[in-house]
Amino acid sequence: MDFKQKHILGIENLTAEELTFILDSAESFKEISTRNIKKVPTLRGKTIINLFFEASTRTRTSFEIAGKRLSADTVNISASGSSVVKGETLEDTAKNIEAMHPDIIVMRHNASGACQYLAERLDCSIINAGDGMHEHPSQALLDAFTIRQHKGKIAGLTVAIVGDITHSRVVRSNIYCLNKLGARVRIAGPGTMLPPGIDKLGCEVFNNLEDAIRDADVVMMLRIQRERQGATLIPSVREYSRFFGLNEAKLKLAKPDAIVMHPGPINRGVEMASSVVDGPQNVILDQVENGVAVRMALLYLVSGGDSLQND
Amino acid sequence: MASETIEILDLAGINRALTRIAHEILEHNRGTENLVLIGIRTGGDYLAAELQKKIAEIEGVMVPLGTVDITMYRDDLGSRSNLSVGKTDIRFPLGEKQVVLVDDVLFTGRTIRAAMDALVDLGRPLNIQLAILIDRGHRELPIRPDYIGRNLPTSRNEQIEVEFDEQNIPTSVSLIK
Repeated sequence: MDFKQKHILGIENLTAEELTFILDSAESFKEISTRNIKKVPTLRGKTIINLFFEASTRTRTSFEIAGKRLSADTVNISASGSSVVKGETLEDTAKNIEAMHPDIIVMRHNASGACQYLAERLDCSIINAGDGMHEHPSQALLDAFTIRQHKGKIAGLTVAIVGDITHSRVVRSNIYCLNKLGARVRIAGPGTMLPPGIDKLGCEVFNNLEDAIRDADVVMMLRIQRERQGATLIPSVREYSRFFGLNEAKLKLAKPDAIVMHPGPINRGVEMASSVVDGPQNVILDQVENGVAVRMALLYLVSGGDSLQND
Repeated sequence: MASETIEILDLAGINRALTRIAHEILEHNRGTENLVLIGIRTGGDYLAAELQKKIAEIEGVMVPLGTVDITMYRDDLGSRSNLSVGKTDIRFPLGEKQVVLVDDVLFTGRTIRAAMDALVDLGRPLNIQLAILIDRGHRELPIRPDYIGRNLPTSRNEQIEVEFDEQNIPTSVSLIK
């Protein structure tokens, strides 16, 4: 197929065919990370700027490694060390960066829609590495890749996502992605963390963990987002953990071969018992490993061809 | 002008050419020691598999077979619309091996350049040789095949088409004018 996306702003505006094409491309890029010389010359001479206005370890490192394994020059800018703290607006920061002619900007921002805003104003490609409570497309893609790796398919599977649904961009991207690829999505969390109308995105809503994970093929646990006031929506972390934390006994409700996922970082003992984190069903480190391959595919695909639509 | 298709090689013709190439490879390398075949996707990988069978028939040895996808090593990323990227699958070390790179049609030589870059990223072969079913000329790089099925002078706007059946057996080579 012809892949014509210049930006990756969210899963919502990608088709099932495009999503599958990204995952198939990532399969080919995965092999590079297993070589002695972990580098191919594909993006030689391209400049990628990782513009992170929010803290990130996994995603930023993953994008940086992905760019470097494709031979691009990658530069990291984080808000704390930048002129943002001196009062510069997002648009001014971005325009200044663009004056240095990057080919791709990978951005994380605390405002939903910030990536779309830049894509409308800059000429280079924009990849959304998480914008506010909107989307986190590369995470959903690496989750889909990991599910496909372990289950051999996505269509027909039941995926339960449990935790702070309101504040999670990972959930929104995952609902779009899994629905488009034919999985059934269930979500669960405390009432204060379930946004009204979320079922319209195409998921079944539960207010307890047990019903949500019963006979599920995939259990995806989310973190309480303390930095997004998540903690004020529950009486206590201990109570949350009792009702919505995953332990070995509750995990038995899911299918015996169910896999357990987490986008990280994990709060051990809160959303997941340590015995589950270290248990045989968890695929969390596979998610991290696959993240590099999926991001290599995204960087490669947005770089390709004059034929890319210019919107 | 309507296009005209001329068959250059049929099944038997391809078979004879591959049998001869297999003998030449064995003669040149004095047997199968340290010999490996790497086919370039797609087309070259199928021909490499055929050569592996021929060599097994002659010497009774299945030499290691791998495939290389050169998409990540191409020099024209900005101008392509098809971005499909395939898998490189070489499950043995290349160090100190005599590598025979196999492709169906040799044209500008840019694919071979990319394939050689891909191979040296995976190890340091003792040498790399090139086996080709059809050499159609028009080289843009200093690249020369070691084993040639058929030399076929063409003009730049003509096309060479190698057809394979469902079992990936090469069945015919045609020139499209």
